[in-house]
This record gives sequence, structure tokens and C-alpha cells, in this order.
Amino acid sequence: MTIHEFLSPPSETARRSGPHDRIVLSSRVRLARNLRGLAFPGWAKKPERLRALEIIRPAVESLPQLQGAFSETMDNLGPLDKQILVERHLISCEHMAKGVGSGLVLNKEESLCVMINEEDHLRMQALRPGLQLRQAWLAIDQVDSELERKLDYAFGPDLGYLTACPTNLGTGIRVSAMLHLPGLVLAEQINQIIASVNKLGLAVRGLYGEGTEALGNVFQVSNQMTLGEVETDIVERLNKVLLQIIEHEENSRAKLLETKPKFVFNQTGRAYGILANAHSITSKETMNLLSMLRLGVDLGEFPGADRALIDELFIMTQPGHLQKQFTEKLPADERDIIRADMLRERLRHVGRSNPKAPSSGGPALDKRN
Amino acid sequence: MLCMICKENPAKVHLTQIVGDKMQKVDLCEECAKKKGVNDPSAGFALADLLLGLGASQEIAQSSGGEDIKCPNCGFTGADFKKAGRLGCSQCYQTFADSLEGLLKTMHKGTKHVGKVPIALRHSRDLSERLKHLQKKLEKAVTAEDFEQAASLRDEIKAAKDQIEHLAPKLTP
Ligand SMILES: [Zn+2]
Ligand SMILES: [Zn+2]
Repeated sequence: MTIHEFLSPPSETARRSGPHDRIVLSSRVRLARNLRGLAFPGWAKKPERLRALEIIRPAVESLPQLQGAFSETMDNLGPLDKQILVERHLISCEHMAKGVGSGLVLNKEESLCVMINEEDHLRMQALRPGLQLRQAWLAIDQVDSELERKLDYAFGPDLGYLTACPTNLGTGIRVSAMLHLPGLVLAEQINQIIASVNKLGLAVRGLYGEGTEALGNVFQVSNQMTLGEVETDIVERLNKVLLQIIEHEENSRAKLLETKPKFVFNQTGRAYGILANAHSITSKETMNLLSMLRLGVDLGEFPGADRALIDELFIMTQPGHLQKQFTEKLPADERDIIRADMLRERLRHVGRSNPKAPSSGGPALDKRN
Repeated sequence: MLCMICKENPAKVHLTQIVGDKMQKVDLCEECAKKKGVNDPSAGFALADLLLGLGASQEIAQSSGGEDIKCPNCGFTGADFKKAGRLGCSQCYQTFADSLEGLLKTMHKGTKHVGKVPIALRHSRDLSERLKHLQKKLEKAVTAEDFEQAASLRDEIKAAKDQIEHLAPKLTP
């Protein structure tokens, strides 16, 4: 079975729901583990990497949680397969570049994904829709406890789990959530939020786009420190911070609607106008406008549209997913045309912006736009 | 301002992280930021990671008494660490222990692991506590000249030691 046949269609993926999924797109807990004595993947020669893969892959495949999983070596996946896995946030860009000696095991629900010989011998992650950090931790903790009976982990009593990079040392844990924060961005409060979350030793960054620019207003919050703190404390700390960010985002949205409704509806309405009528559109513009459309849907503005449709389009309009539908390699400008064609078609039944809040008599249109 | 990694392209990506009262800054060009996985959700980007590739690993190479310290298990050297910002194998943590200590302090909340422990090691911790307890009892028995109990305690101590020995190869990194 190919990875394309194995992966759920985006329409199904986008329908997975969880607590607070209006703002939290997904939760993730990742653990890094290595085998004792063997060189880390980045330093190991090919035979040694293959040896690690041969030890780890059957152990992972034998887990009850991974029965019926997709298991493949990275050299057997094509560049487009790998790109699609990256666009689904299942593997890292670093893993995408791997070939012989690296592998991937992914369960049917796409809730458990194990990368073999990425930066560490084992990078296992549990994924959940919405805000479900505790559930993700419990799931991956269980997988890890079962694997430690089969594998000889590199562990030191003082330094904990030993990882290729000292930044992952100790627990080897990275707890993270993907957030959609258009309200905080429109209210120009996002930088303040980032700064205060940073002060707590947590990292915030734009998920798409270069550097500090956050395409689609999607941000990822994660822990930075892995040594000297218990896993559950890290999970709880992040959970608390996320609940606060959610509250700030909701407040921002409410306040914007109250004080500048025309500014908000101008953004969401224009997003709809372009997405539903353009004949050529880049992936960058698409993401930014879909973010505004998602906000509009959250505010109950667009009859006939639901969040799942927007989330599906978010996946479908990524370059790899677009390319997948065609056999010959498309140049970027042709992709832009096909992307626009698809958006027009899919948004055909979405009614025009119909704001529920009073649209007349509100404050004047914000001059900046 | 130039990119801190390639020192060629203008820096367009500016990252700041405040941990406690320390502020760390990194300025990168778009290309290097991409290469370092700044935008990669499953890579688990950490600013410390970047710093490691920039200045911190150089410090290590110097403070470890040069770049020629070599890991007996995997052949990784201080110079390699300076280049890659990653270690060669789990035993490298012993090889470069002295120089890593300072780095870990700036990077993490503590320098001692307090989280999950593999079950084999948990057993061994329990065993060593039991061993201590038995040895105390033995001392008392000897002082009290209760030789019968002392003999049976010696058997128990031997059994506990054997068990620990049996677990031992699993414990060292
Ligand atoms: Zn650069
Ligand atoms: Zn080594």
C-alpha cells in the first residue's frame, strides 16, 4: 500500500475534532530516544544506521498500538510522498531529507508517528486534534514504556535519556500545540503575547512562512527545556499557558467585533471575495486569506461553510497536495491557476458574508486597510 | 546586519528568547532559518539549538582543552562537536562531561534529570536501597552477636548484590 492510499483524505482529517479546536488545531508530544552504544544517526556510518533501523523497526511494528500501521524505509518513499507527509505535519523537514537507513511507522488514525534515525534513533510522537496535551502524553508514555522492554535505551541516572543534541537531554520531551490566532494578530497584540510566553521559557513561532512572519496566523507553542523538570509538570505548564492564550484570543475577537466590526468584516469579506473568485493565487496568499475566512466562519458569517471545509482547503492547497493530483510536474505559476480553480469550485456553495453583528452605525472603517 | 550562520546574506529573521533573566538573540537570513528548521513543527525547534550551532559549541571545544578530545566509543572529537552542534553517541556525554556542564546550565531548568526512568533502573534503585537497609541490619546483628541472623542477612545481601550486578550492564550509558 502506498502512503497516498494509506493517509486519510484531507476531508476526513479536517473533520477530526477536539476540545478548543476553534483555536487549537492540534496537540503533540514527542519523545527522543537512542540506543546505547550505537552512534547517533548524524554521526553513524551507513551500516550502523541500518543496524539501528533493523533493531528498532520490528520492535515498533510489534506494538499493539501500531498494528496495521504504515511502515516504510525513507529510501522507498518518493519526494512527493515525503512532501505530503511534511504538509500533514507527520514528519519533519529533516526526516524528509533522509534516505537509506531511516524509516517511518505511522498508525491508521495518524495519531502515532515514529521516525527512525531522524536526528535521534527514535523520535516518537502522539498527535491529537484540539487541546489534548495530557492525552497525547499518556499515549506516547505508554508506547515508550512498551518499547523500553524491547530496546536498550541510552540513559544516564543524572542526565536522563541521552540525545544527539544536548537541547533534548533528560526527558527528551517536546510538548507543542498549533494555534490559530487571527484575533491577536488583527488586534496587534500577538507580539506582546509572544514576549510574555517566552518569559516562561516556552517558544512561540509562526508555523508557516519565513522567520517571524506567520502565514495563516498559525503559531506553534512548545517547551524549550527538557532537563530538570518532570514530564507531567512540563505538560501541565504548557496546558495552563495555552488556556490563557485561548482566552486572550477570544477576548481579542470579542473586543474587535465590539469596537471595529467594519474592520473585521472587511478582512473576512475580502478574503471570501478573492478566494471565491480568483483565477490565480499563490500558496502564501491562500493561507492568509483562508485564515480570515476561518475567522469569519468562527463568527458565523458565512452560511454554508464550516470550519472543516476551511481546514480541508488549508491542506489541499499546499504545493505537494496540489501536485499530487497531477501526473506531470507542474511549474509554480500553473499550480497557482489550479489552486484558484479548486478554491472557486469548493467555495461555490458558500454564501456571501452575512455578518450577524450590526453592520451599520459601527465605527468607521479602519484607515489602515 | 548579516546572518550569524553564513555571514553572507542580510539577516531577516530575528529570534529572541528570554529564559529567567537571560536574553538570547539570533539573527539569520531566510535561507539559513529554513535550513535550521525554524518553521518546522515536527523538528521541535529550540533557540538553544541554534545558539549551539553558533557560539556555544565553540566554547565547548575551547573549554574542553582543545578540539582533540576523542570519544573512545565512537571517535567523535571536540572539533566535530564544534562543527555539528550534535554529539556522536551516548558515551560522548561522559567524554565531554566537564565542558557540557556549563552549557546544560544555560540551556535547561536544571542539570539533573528528574523525569521518567526506565523500569530496569527503577528496580535497581529499589535494590540498592534494600541493600543499604540489609547492611544496617547486619551491623546491628553482629553487634548483638546474633550470628544466626547475621548469616541469613549475609545471604540476602549476596542475593541483592547479584541482582544489581545482573542489571548493571543496562544502566551505564
Ligand atoms: Zn545565512
Ligand atoms: Zn561518542
